[in-house]
Amino acid sequence: MPQAAIEVENLVKRYAGPGGGVLAVDGVNLRVAQGELFGLLGPNGAGKSTTIGVCTTRVRPTSGRIRVGGVDVAAEPPRARAGMGVVTQFRALDRGATAWENLYFHCRYFGWPAAASRRRADELLAQFQLADRRDATPEAFSGGMAQRLQIARAVAHRPRVLFLDEPTAGLDPQSRMAVWDLVRGLRAEGMTVLLTTHYIEEAERLCDQVAIVDHGKILVCDTPARLKQSTGAGAVARVSVEQTGAELEARLRALPGVTEVEPTAEGYRLLAHAREGLAPAVAAAAQGFGLRDFSLHEPSLETIFIHLTGRELRE
Amino acid sequence: MSTTETLAAPPQAPAAPARPSYARAFWGLMLRDARLLRRDLFSFVVRTIMNPLFFVFIFTDIMPKIGQNFSGVGAANFATILVPGLVAIAILFQGIMAVAMPLSIELSGTHEIEDRLMAPLPIAWTAFEKIFFSVFQSILAALVVFPMVYFIPATPVHVQVASWWLLAVVIVLSSFTAGALGLTIGTLVKPQQIGMIFAVVVTPIIFLGCVYYPWALLGRVKWLQIATLANPLVYVSEGLRAALTPAVPHMPAWAFLAALVLSAAGFSWWGIAGFRRRVIN
Repeated sequence: MPQAAIEVENLVKRYAGPGGGVLAVDGVNLRVAQGELFGLLGPNGAGKSTTIGVCTTRVRPTSGRIRVGGVDVAAEPPRARAGMGVVTQFRALDRGATAWENLYFHCRYFGWPAAASRRRADELLAQFQLADRRDATPEAFSGGMAQRLQIARAVAHRPRVLFLDEPTAGLDPQSRMAVWDLVRGLRAEGMTVLLTTHYIEEAERLCDQVAIVDHGKILVCDTPARLKQSTGAGAVARVSVEQTGAELEARLRALPGVTEVEPTAEGYRLLAHAREGLAPAVAAAAQGFGLRDFSLHEPSLETIFIHLTGRELRE
Repeated sequence: MSTTETLAAPPQAPAAPARPSYARAFWGLMLRDARLLRRDLFSFVVRTIMNPLFFVFIFTDIMPKIGQNFSGVGAANFATILVPGLVAIAILFQGIMAVAMPLSIELSGTHEIEDRLMAPLPIAWTAFEKIFFSVFQSILAALVVFPMVYFIPATPVHVQVASWWLLAVVIVLSSFTAGALGLTIGTLVKPQQIGMIFAVVVTPIIFLGCVYYPWALLGRVKWLQIATLANPLVYVSEGLRAALTPAVPHMPAWAFLAALVLSAAGFSWWGIAGFRRRVIN
């Protein structure tokens, strides 16, 4: 087996605290191949950021073995950091420094000589479309610009592995797309990327591999396409009714092609083999229960998340 | 994105990174701090000179003119007593102004320090860089304050450097103590507690720091003389007193040198440990 860019074996992290502390990560195993764009998808508090924190040497693992770029992160943090770029959740740019200086000094921290660092800072500003903001301090930046600069800075020393913790949280849709394009561009050049997200769409559209995380455990890990197929459902229906009950649930369950019926706040969620004929069948079955709304969807990673946890992913 | 060809390393290079040069990373951190200080030089100078400027103006220029004089000690007038004391404050308070306050804010609020924490050198080195850089700031502060306390007073100031070596050693050790104290406070204190720190830590340090009187004279208030030994500013003031105004009574050199070495080492250890605790979970 070729060496993976990121290897996490049996990672456990327990934060000290009253009552035995908090078990943030509970036996996570990950293998991210060179050049792969890997997403950790899960709700807030699932342990995604802690996992990234351990990989990036900022959280000490309680147990487990973690290698990034072949370097044991717990044994040799500085050497591990030399090979990775990191964008944290905090918009943590150096505010007293200009955009150009943020990039220039980053290169200097990684041992680059002055001339090469200057060239690299110029080049990155151009590539990340920040050249006109060269001498501005990041305080004046929009969220999207700040995030572009953060990503530019993270890759400035040409790391092989890039960690992005919630890279598009709080960004407007247009800036989110711009970040996706940047990340795709980096991947196209062979950069390995591990990102965390609680946006279904981000995991589905951006990532090669997605691990769904909840309560510190990886529930399932595969390509987005295969994950979506894994429920066996061809369609997901949301049914909203005035009156729920055992009778209606039994009726829905008995419909041809329906594989699963889960109660929700407004009614039920149905997984079915195909969407064909589902709408009239549900309408007929719900006769007398006050059908309010019915919608049909393609199965998404949300479907699999609900399927695995019984909860919706949204906070 | 139009051109992205040079963003990442080529994928066919899976070799693990070599051991990075800690010294170069450290130098990079120093360069960054130097650039920001240079940009901020005006406010650095203003915050450094305001307190001593007004102090010497009122107490050594105006007060004598309006007949409200402090007597001084023996042959040394009050202006001479103040020279080492006000330089001592300038040195020690750079540690709080230049290290503790920004660090407290960076650690708790802005997270600006994140990128430096990801630099390829041990976290303890990153913490030590804070102390090391502030040594230069403290020395700079001393150089800025000295001419003011020397030239402003209406009465003549008697400064006499018996040993430049002693002066240099005292200034460097004091500056290390200042930076290390600043690191310790910065890692212990939340930004919203800074006002409180000024009230309950900074004020007693200054007034009980042998700035306005030599330590020897506190012999008349024995309990206070002993209590002040816990104050690092006392050793900075007394060290500078011995180096700049040896005619004024001062502690023996072995005493303030030992105390300064111990404070610098102790606060460095405490501050670096606190820094690690704050940035690594």
